[in-house]
Amino acid sequence: MSNTGIGARVARLEDQRFITGAGKYTDDVNVAGQTYAAFARSEHAHATVKSVDSKAALAVPGVIAVFTGADLEKDAIGPLPAGWMIHSKDGSPMNAPGHPCLVQGKARYVGDPVAVVIGESLAAARAGAEALAIDYDVHEAVTDPAKARSSATQLHDSAPKNTCYEWELGDKAATAAAFKSAKHVTKLSLSNNRLVPNPMEPRSALGNYDAGTDSFTLYTTSQNPHVARLVMSAFLNVAPEHKLRVIAPDVGGGFGSKIYVYPEEVVCTWASKKVGRPIKWTADRTEAFITDAHGRDHVTNAEIAMDERGKILGLKVHTTANLGGYPSLFATCVPTYLYATLLSGQYDIPAIYAEVDAVYTNTVPVDAYRGAGRPEATFLVERIVEIASREMGIDPATFRKRNFIKKFPHQTPVIMNYDAGDYAASLNKACELIDYKGFGKRRREAARRGKLRGIGFSCYIEACGIAPSAAVGSLGAGVGLWESAEVRVNPTGNVEILTGSHSHGQGHETTFAQLVSDRLGIGIDQVTIVHGDTDKVQFGMGTYGSRSGAVGMTAISKALDKVEAKAKKIAAHLLEASESDIEFKDGAFSVSGTDKKVTFPEVSLNAYVAHKFPSDEIEPGLKEGAFHDPSNFTFPAGCHICEIEIDPETGVCEIADWVAVDDFGNVINPMIVEGQVHGGIAQGVGQALMEGVSYDSSGQLMTGSFMDYCMPRADNLPSFKVDTTVTPCPSNPLGIKGCGEAGAIASPPAVINAITDAIGHENITMPATPQVVWQAARQGAARAAE
Amino acid sequence: MYEFAYHRPNSIRKASSLSASGEAKFLAGGQTLLPTMKQRLASPDALIDLAGIEALQGIELKGRTLHIGAMSRHADVASSAVVREAIPALAALAGDIGDPHVRAMGTIGGSIANNDPAADYPAACLGLGATIVTNKRRISADDFFTDMFETALEEGEIITKVLFPLPRRSAYAKFDNPASRYALVGVFVSKRGRDVRVAVTGAGPCVFRVAAMEDALSKRFAAKSLDGISVAAGDLNSDIHASADYRAHLVGVMARRAVAAA
Ligand SMILES: Cc1cc2nc3c(=O)[nH]c(=O)nc-3n(C[C@H](O)[C@H](O)[C@H](O)COP(=O)(O)OP(=O)(O)OC[C@H]3O[C@@H](n4cnc5c(N)ncnc54)[C@H](O)[C@@H]3O)c2cc1C
Repeated sequence: MSNTGIGARVARLEDQRFITGAGKYTDDVNVAGQTYAAFARSEHAHATVKSVDSKAALAVPGVIAVFTGADLEKDAIGPLPAGWMIHSKDGSPMNAPGHPCLVQGKARYVGDPVAVVIGESLAAARAGAEALAIDYDVHEAVTDPAKARSSATQLHDSAPKNTCYEWELGDKAATAAAFKSAKHVTKLSLSNNRLVPNPMEPRSALGNYDAGTDSFTLYTTSQNPHVARLVMSAFLNVAPEHKLRVIAPDVGGGFGSKIYVYPEEVVCTWASKKVGRPIKWTADRTEAFITDAHGRDHVTNAEIAMDERGKILGLKVHTTANLGGYPSLFATCVPTYLYATLLSGQYDIPAIYAEVDAVYTNTVPVDAYRGAGRPEATFLVERIVEIASREMGIDPATFRKRNFIKKFPHQTPVIMNYDAGDYAASLNKACELIDYKGFGKRRREAARRGKLRGIGFSCYIEACGIAPSAAVGSLGAGVGLWESAEVRVNPTGNVEILTGSHSHGQGHETTFAQLVSDRLGIGIDQVTIVHGDTDKVQFGMGTYGSRSGAVGMTAISKALDKVEAKAKKIAAHLLEASESDIEFKDGAFSVSGTDKKVTFPEVSLNAYVAHKFPSDEIEPGLKEGAFHDPSNFTFPAGCHICEIEIDPETGVCEIADWVAVDDFGNVINPMIVEGQVHGGIAQGVGQALMEGVSYDSSGQLMTGSFMDYCMPRADNLPSFKVDTTVTPCPSNPLGIKGCGEAGAIASPPAVINAITDAIGHENITMPATPQVVWQAARQGAARAAE
Repeated sequence: MYEFAYHRPNSIRKASSLSASGEAKFLAGGQTLLPTMKQRLASPDALIDLAGIEALQGIELKGRTLHIGAMSRHADVASSAVVREAIPALAALAGDIGDPHVRAMGTIGGSIANNDPAADYPAACLGLGATIVTNKRRISADDFFTDMFETALEEGEIITKVLFPLPRRSAYAKFDNPASRYALVGVFVSKRGRDVRVAVTGAGPCVFRVAAMEDALSKRFAAKSLDGISVAAGDLNSDIHASADYRAHLVGVMARRAVAAA
């Protein structure tokens, strides 16, 4: 292994610019003649906009224009679509009304944009937005997903009972039969709390129309600029694809929330032609809270059936998933194909039946958020398995091992075909690292200090490397989920990699360069990664679903294969040898069995001068592209164990210890992987202990700022013990599975299992704030006293 | 934020006369006032920055009284050798307000003028029996904090300093609101001669004293003395962060912890 190749702990190349303030984010981009947009947003969760009077706004000095939904309608700018078709049990297609970029008719959540004011300055635009007189007819709101289907309030005429779909997966009859033969059945009702993604950089857009070329440029905070361009062209009618350039420069975190096309970027682009000036908009944190797609929000009832030895026979799940006011771009697939397909967990479960009802409520739209569906599945499976083991009096580690899938490939009853894994290996290693045997002693020692100590397991699995195009197409996806790459070798031997992946915190500039360094034997400083610009990269599907390693890097690897093959041909001519005798190693081509050699930069130069090979046989130049469509999902899995100490007087939980043993297949850069795991655990601990969106019954967001919405901070977390086990992924040549979401997927059940272990009963909701835990601990104490 | 005029007078007299016209506001650390203005919830037409006024600065021990100038930043109080020696609990309280940015800017005068129901300093003022000195008069802490975000200050009145009589024992126990890290419940206890004070912030609409606890502690200053004494949940705040019952319970827990630490 070279010190910059695959497997090396290379410090992130991009961090120099990020930590010295030299990064270039969308809001850092300024163009001559720029104006500013301010959006007037609905203050009501559910209201018909009767009129928008812009007279006073237009009179504000510096205000240039005001646009409303009617202006979009006139220009046939379409609503934001749902990108994944789901069919209900009865075969009917989902009810997925579009989301107009400015309200047309009704506003359906607090924050829904009603009008935009364009001003010479931000202050003018905001003053204009305030001066708009918007007349509302306010309706009752429904915010609770559990009440949406029976509510008298109807959000959309086209979605009776506020229902998008009633979907099912698995074999209902076989599952019912499994329950009939069961010796023990464990039941669980839970809610998976709603979260605000809160990337550090708020969303931003700068739309610019160029009359000379009749084309648009949009700078935007996107995880997938090509998809944004496609949606804006094909569905929204903003501009044809070849007349729209989308650039996503440095992006400060996304966690999923920057996958989707949002009203603001559409409006800034479209309106830049109407006013003949560039238009910039940047969300403030308050806007981020009420406009970035939220995550999770499930209400679930589940039952699991076991035989007398604790062997799982079947699992039955009913989930109501809250989509918010409209179906966001990928929202419909999150609680279905990204959720129910993982309900088998790491376990050999012969029969599974899941039903999911997706509902609309007067809340911010919900879509994929770090983990997307898989944290919800893992939380359910790992909670119910834990409770089942406790109820049956079987040690939770033993119970899990008894039910682990041991032979691969393994076909689950819920679509997924797991290709490789060794679940006992990660569980055993995690038990060793945390000293599971010594837990009883630690618990007694804590009790002497007046603390309740508990231990919680989470053996998670996820489906990453999203995803085989034909497979997702058959499940309703509107797009294919391959990835593209182009390798451009310059005459002097340095290399530009154009990728359809997009880095917004993942460190692609480092890991992708490590792959190239490894393959071509050149330093990583000889490699530039180009991404995030539709004029540079021809097409790509972007970064989410832990796909950029497994899919994006495989595309690069394929293109590198082609570069190497062609370079070999050229080297053969330079060395006057037969191509079959050429070996490529450590950056040099040699003739096997001789000391004749030519370096990669020498071959590169010769590729472009084209003096020494027949250019009728070999084309000059050295540039190759590849598209890679994966043959399967990848299946990262592992075991996290958390130990918690509770102060029963206050309910404060302190995480005393944390072990994570993950199987990500082969690892490109262990340091970056550890960083991803750390961040993921922090987010999962946030969900488990602190974060939770709260709406009042009228649909006002009660947790609209960091004063009320609690984010995890460094002092809430211990030093994590992070380790790996490795079963290489068989479906890509690099053997990698993906690590971006694992921490967020694994951690919430580990925390809640530890708390429930400590307090001695299962009645805990997330976020388990001190108040929640205090109440639960009191119940526990009361029960123990009985 | 709306437009406003900005003044930086160098004397209390000038500050006072500037405040006489229009909708002016004093600016101290700006940690509360500026965010409110950014959110367009306040729109003063002028800000009178108090940072240039020498007379509002300084920390000094005079006999058995600690004088803290109104413009003393939280970080100054936290790190002051004088405060740490005289009333360590007060230095610790200041050092636990907000985050380093907030402590570098926020001031004692701004904090108590604002009288946020979850702020820490009001508990110290009431719990130590402080006197608030203004450009017009002296106000005892017992009379100063009148209601939620309300004080005895009159229009244009400027806090110049706060006088703390030295206690024999004192401690502050704070239970953080997990999100904002203001006090969900904070209890300041002190003992000076036979005078025992228990002041509670965060729990109710305004900082308050708990007479039953003070009586019990003046008989015997020990955590045990508080067993069985509780505050009525009925008068306490209930919100998404904590029910009144939980707050009432925490008042007891924090009071015992403060006494044990004092
Ligand atoms: C993120 C964050 C976290 C915080 N956490 C805490 C916490 O944990 N505990 C806590 O107690 N506080 C907390 N605060 C509040 C902080 O302590 C503020 O500094 C304080 O509330 C106001 O002080 P200031 O000096 O910033 O006043 P300013 O914001 O400048 O002024 C506040 C008000 O007081 C008036 N005023 C200021 N000085 C005087 C004076 N000398 N005479 C008369 N009127 C005056 C102003 O006109 C204004 O109305 C936090 C603030 C932030 C932003």
